[in-house]
Amino acid sequence: MDQKTLAYDSKVEGEVIVTQADAVINWIRKHSVWPMPMGLACCAIELMAAGGSRFDMARFGMEVMRFSPRQADCMIVAGTVTYKMAEVVRRIYEQMAEPKWVVAMGACASTGGMYRSYATMQGVDRIIPVDVYVSGCPPRPEALLDAMIKLQDKIGRESAVKNLTAATASKRAAAPELAGAGKDY
Amino acid sequence: MAESDLALLQERFEYLTERASADHPAVNCPADKLIELCTALRDEFEYDMLIDVTAIDWDAQSPRFTGVYHFLSTTKHEYLRVAADCTDDINPVLPSLCGLYAAADWHERETFDLMGIRYQDHPDLRRILMWDDYPYHPLRKEFPLAGIETPLPAADVAEQTGASLIAAPMMGGPFVSSGDGPMSQTEPRARDESWTENKQKPSD
Repeated sequence: MDQKTLAYDSKVEGEVIVTQADAVINWIRKHSVWPMPMGLACCAIELMAAGGSRFDMARFGMEVMRFSPRQADCMIVAGTVTYKMAEVVRRIYEQMAEPKWVVAMGACASTGGMYRSYATMQGVDRIIPVDVYVSGCPPRPEALLDAMIKLQDKIGRESAVKNLTAATASKRAAAPELAGAGKDY
Repeated sequence: MAESDLALLQERFEYLTERASADHPAVNCPADKLIELCTALRDEFEYDMLIDVTAIDWDAQSPRFTGVYHFLSTTKHEYLRVAADCTDDINPVLPSLCGLYAAADWHERETFDLMGIRYQDHPDLRRILMWDDYPYHPLRKEFPLAGIETPLPAADVAEQTGASLIAAPMMGGPFVSSGDGPMSQTEPRARDESWTENKQKPSD
């Protein structure tokens, strides 16, 4: 695939594994995604199905659903975000420890969906940086699994060491870009 | 049973007038007599449950706002609708039924939130759906469905993200289901997809 892939041949290399820090860090991170369900509407039901035994997210190494933002590193925004709820979503996101990722599950979380109204935020990407968008109303559990696998791929491509050193140098990670900020139509 | 209730009520309270209704018996009641009427409904006519409190905005008409109450008698299994016009079109006011029916509390808060009708003597008349500082009453006729640009309720989140409440893009909407036919073909969608916010509606 690429040079970051771990390749180890014990006959040649003995007990030494040579690799890159990025590859190791990303490998660890992507296989231990701890999602936090931000279940706000009917999408959360499909999210539960994805976690249950029939679809079984555990097969891909992300079954540890945590209901506390302190213990999670991937927020799955499943449902309609109202303007009143936006503050709560943002605060919970801020409480998650770095590194963290966000999946916008379903039409409502991605764009406001069919709720073109005064009460509904037109896409959660206006207040938190979204990594993966899932289409559907609601998406099937397979779609969410696909999104989570895509998120794993994305985590695998990150420059983990560079991000870490940059964060240490500036004492704070640069604020990720909000795709939806200031968007008008 | 309810027909006789209607007659009894009209006999006892001469200010009641029968209200046109497609289903259950309904009466019009002046706002200042509402408490008197509802006390009698609860204590003497066995309408022991308040099902719904809502309101109608008649737009340009006067009186503009009408409060609507639905009562159920759990012993007689009859519904009764009571409507009361607000005398003031600018600052509509109705008496609160909280003292009579506990159910009125949140219903009246919702009607206050969305229609802007103030309920006198309500113990805690705060908004219930929108946040406290929201400046509009969204179900009034003059309020556009898409909303009006407003700052977010949390100032620090608004500052960090630059987000605010924007008028939602209607894109030919609102999105409604046609209602008939197989479910696969009646998903909610815009009736008129010929226009968006960027591509103006062709004028007739």
